[in-house]
Amino acid sequence: MNRPDRRAIVRDSLGVGIATGLYGTSFGAISVASGLSVPQTCVLSLLMFTGASQFALVGVLGAGGSGISAAATAMLMGTRNTLYGLRLAPLLGWSGGRRAGAAHLLIDESTAMSVTRESRDDARLGFLVTGGTVLLLWNLFTFLGAIGGNALGDPRDYGLDAAVGGAFLALLWPQLSKRAHQLVAVLAVAVALGLVPIAPAGVPVLAAGGVALLAGLLSKGEPS
Amino acid sequence: MSWWPILVAGVGCYLLKLAGLSVPASVLERPLVQRIAGLIPVALLSALVAVQVFTDDKRIVLDERAAGLAAAVVLLLLRAPFLVVVIGAALTAALLRLV
Repeated sequence: MNRPDRRAIVRDSLGVGIATGLYGTSFGAISVASGLSVPQTCVLSLLMFTGASQFALVGVLGAGGSGISAAATAMLMGTRNTLYGLRLAPLLGWSGGRRAGAAHLLIDESTAMSVTRESRDDARLGFLVTGGTVLLLWNLFTFLGAIGGNALGDPRDYGLDAAVGGAFLALLWPQLSKRAHQLVAVLAVAVALGLVPIAPAGVPVLAAGGVALLAGLLSKGEPS
Repeated sequence: MSWWPILVAGVGCYLLKLAGLSVPASVLERPLVQRIAGLIPVALLSALVAVQVFTDDKRIVLDERAAGLAAAVVLLLLRAPFLVVVIGAALTAALLRLV
């Protein structure tokens, strides 16, 4: 590989890493608004370090859901990282301690910036630069968002409760281009809202996960 | 808020990542597993949007948060970046509450 190629990978990876890291601010603010403390919010970003699962956990807890349903929803959301790992394992070719370390950086963005590379070196470079940049900035901006959110007072005055829905929709949006996904989304909304009046908080969202299971089983043969 | 869901789910999410890098591909590479795993985020995120925006405790409600969501839709159609969408949703709801 010649230099300009490697440089382009680093530049692109830094760009994605910085853009992603910045929205740690919104996670920090939303987490505190949902009732978590600043240390809890920061530990979540450090330890869990996968945005959609973190938003899901604080979303369910903030809506009054139980710890079990919050943790289950977050982990269900985290299963897609398992599939990313499957794709990346042969490409990155790490084992032992390096694999254990790399696993922490395995997220949407680091996968996207490495899975299309042609050589192992390029894949590792994209993975490490993207994952490392997001890890650093996501945690820094989570902290800033959390203390900022804490200093604001009533989060509803600033519309932070509406920001949560906006954040989830923005995460969902790129997935909605496929027709099958639109159908699953509509069904999941119907199941969740249908269960809200009768089921304990947290259960409606988990039950909506069942829509994915059913749709996957029934859509046999069709490309999803 | 108690710590254990944070710690359990945090460690769980790490192990899910490690499993992907460690488990032989043949185990999880079946088309059915791939299809379901692709649909799970769609179903969960859709349900989370609905529950966050349209419910209050155990009731279905329509308030300023719905206007915030509508603003988010418009911003997403305009291809606004993530932070702009989130802030736009918050601002819309906050401004409506002022009136």
